Amino acid sequence: MRTLLEDLTAALGAGAVKGDPLELALYARDASVMEGSAGCVCFPTDAAQVQAVVGVARAHGRSVVPRGSGTGLAGGAVPIGKPGAEPVVVVTTRMNRILSVDAAARTAWVEPGVLNLDLSRAVAHLGLHFAPDPSSQQACSVGGNVANNSGGPHCLAYGVTTAHVLAVEVVLSDGSVARLGGTDPDPTGYDLRGAFVGSEGTMGLATAVLVRLTPLPPAVRTLLADFPSAESAAETVSAVIAAGVVPAALEMMDQRITVAVEDFVHAGFPTDAAAVLLAEIDGLPGGVDAAVATVVELARRHGARQVRVAADEAERALLWKGRKSAFGAVARIAPDYYLHDAVVPRTRLSEVLQRVYEIADANHVGVMNVFHAGDGNLHPLFLFDRRVPGALERVHEAAGEVLRICLDAGGVLSGEHGIGLEKRDYMPLLFSEDDLAAQDALRRAFDPERLFNPDKVLPSGSRCGDIRSLPEGVWV
Amino acid sequence: MGLSRPLADFAAEVGAEGPVAVVGGRTQWDVGGPVAPDARLVSAPAGVVDHQPADMTVRVGAGTTVAELTEALAAAGQFVPLDPAQPGRATVGGVLSVGHSGLRRLRYGPVRDTLLEARYVSAAGRLVKAGGPVVKNVSGFDLCRLLVGALGTLGLLAEVVLRVQPVPAARRWLRGRADPDVVLARLYRPSSVLWDGDSVWVLVEGHPADVAELAGRLAGFAEVDGPPPLPAGGRLSVAPTDLNRFGNERQAGTFLAEVGVGTVHLHDKVTPPSPEPSVLDLNHRVRAAFDPDHRFNPGRRVA
Ligand SMILES: Cc1cc2nc3c(=O)[nH]c(=O)nc-3n(C[C@H](O)[C@H](O)[C@H](O)COP(=O)(O)OP(=O)(O)OC[C@H]3O[C@@H](n4cnc5c(N)ncnc54)[C@H](O)[C@@H]3O)c2cc1C
Repeated sequence: MRTLLEDLTAALGAGAVKGDPLELALYARDASVMEGSAGCVCFPTDAAQVQAVVGVARAHGRSVVPRGSGTGLAGGAVPIGKPGAEPVVVVTTRMNRILSVDAAARTAWVEPGVLNLDLSRAVAHLGLHFAPDPSSQQACSVGGNVANNSGGPHCLAYGVTTAHVLAVEVVLSDGSVARLGGTDPDPTGYDLRGAFVGSEGTMGLATAVLVRLTPLPPAVRTLLADFPSAESAAETVSAVIAAGVVPAALEMMDQRITVAVEDFVHAGFPTDAAAVLLAEIDGLPGGVDAAVATVVELARRHGARQVRVAADEAERALLWKGRKSAFGAVARIAPDYYLHDAVVPRTRLSEVLQRVYEIADANHVGVMNVFHAGDGNLHPLFLFDRRVPGALERVHEAAGEVLRICLDAGGVLSGEHGIGLEKRDYMPLLFSEDDLAAQDALRRAFDPERLFNPDKVLPSGSRCGDIRSLPEGVWV
Repeated sequence: MGLSRPLADFAAEVGAEGPVAVVGGRTQWDVGGPVAPDARLVSAPAGVVDHQPADMTVRVGAGTTVAELTEALAAAGQFVPLDPAQPGRATVGGVLSVGHSGLRRLRYGPVRDTLLEARYVSAAGRLVKAGGPVVKNVSGFDLCRLLVGALGTLGLLAEVVLRVQPVPAARRWLRGRADPDVVLARLYRPSSVLWDGDSVWVLVEGHPADVAELAGRLAGFAEVDGPPPLPAGGRLSVAPTDLNRFGNERQAGTFLAEVGVGTVHLHDKVTPPSPEPSVLDLNHRVRAAFDPDHRFNPGRRVA
């Protein structure tokens, strides 16, 4: 019998399959702190080649791990398998064509490897853009966005990825291709498109995506308010939402991250403020003016020292550059960072944030906060140096405690990064056995043999809430 | 506030055996075909459990009427864009299970986007939770979207958490004659654009100044009380860019089309087209995974 590498090479051609240890090591991890090992890595160019890969993987008893750009933070693209049975990693970077754009319908068919920002740039001349804007948008793929149902600052008003995906062409585990969803509003049958979005590569591999494109708003105003305490900033968020204003984006940064960003990009952020809120309002001019006035008034009432409304597009771009450079800024000052992700009801932000600082202090880990405050989506950023013995363990300890307090506050495990490997064993804290069985039933309907990404999202045993009980074949 | 009866009572009533059908307000009882006559009829708990205006979420029993929900949210200036034709009778669970979006889908998105968390009774008679009570959540698979439009064939909705919206400060319905696609292109995020092959109806909502400005863009349109009566025979789902051609091939007044959305309301009954075989097969596998004996709403067909 031929080897896995030989069969894949026969199916895709030399050049499209990698098997040497150095190459494999590149695909053993994503942007999380976890690492696995790949059996082979392949780069198909179309659905037919993906079907061929699925056939070969099945014949060799290997699982298939879909991978876009590898920017995922939950270990979704990390290949897990016992020695000798490592998965085939299928990378979509060579499926990166925009297949068609329909300006009248405001839709586009794209291959999964198209990068998020490239798509928006390609349709900008039509006055359109792809609304989901994860901070990683220069690097992450549309296929990865679909698989993780990714969000971004502007998803507060526009909705996360699932609201912008009309149809997905998927290669299933039996090697067949199915088109889920459609160009019409209510295709017959269950909303399988909706079920697939956010399935983290466990239900099939998306080979083409029909995305909805969004018109650029006629008016946009961006403002920065600075606060003497993180609580007053968080309370302003609740007050804005309660007042019936839904900003396009409402982001919060604490002092530590503001200082780091300011050192890095000089966006003019006040480094002596305990927290800043970055709010963007868009729409028609009347509503925008009224909403800006409401936000300014509420910020002042909650103690904002200064509220700066960007005077022009250049100033607006600079404010956003400050927000979007946060991770780059952190990379300059800490050898490693761990970006957390959890959601609480917006009304609980202030108290939960306070607890996050306490937990970090108690575990002797540095923490910074830059997050999507408008939808209660916290992103504590823990700084560490993985060369220091025990440092990563302390980060995991703190991360686990943060999840517990978020759940206690009525929140959930992830707002946008997904469950993947990282939070898989925390799922029983949020869901009962019956709840998890229902999710497993859905996965079974799509992939009865667990060919795709089998060790992700759902816990396999009864392990509960201990991230250190990682499956065989992973290390952190 | 509070539920008419505990969720566990509902689960016990549904039980683990025998054919069961769930009744809401019977306003869409025929969708998906008749239920088998031997099915036991049950109704979901009703009542608004918890409304958090500053979180923009509300928890309600699935048996609550849409009118009751609307009234509970109105005090805080909020609403849920479910928009059924008969809000006094239609229940929240019924609207979600049928999955028909209201006339403001163009602005507020499909009805499935409003469901954040569902507690439903499974075919094994167990209470199961899907999703979560916050506005942003990717913890696990998206069962909520699967349940919307499932006609109660995967599980019976007991209690749900919905995303709410601020009530717009001003709204205006207008009617006139124009090319519907041109009307759509001229406006920014209208709430509804309807076309019957002759007239166009437009709903604009928002800040009063914006509403006035948008209305001014529509030369020859006059303000009216509301949309025309909806043909209630059946609904077609058409790609929005095909609507114009579709409408021009039909007699004016025999249909009402949601421009930019693609839903067409007709006087006649409509048999939905069958999905392609691979998708049909997936539909059957999903049904088999959730309700292997087809005990829920037997007779109803989703695909
Ligand atoms: C600095 C930084 C900032 C970030 N900011 C955000 C943010 O603001 N919001 C946010 O939501 N996320 C954010 N992320 C996380 C990440 O960028 C997103 O999850 C992104 O969508 C992943 O895309 P990817 O192409 O890198 O996917 P990968 O990491 O390659 O894969 C992610 C998951 O998708 C699956 N997958 C990939 N392609 C396919 C396919 N074609 N078919 C089926 N499954 C597939 C994989 O199996 C895996 O489970 C950030 C990450 C970094 C590093």
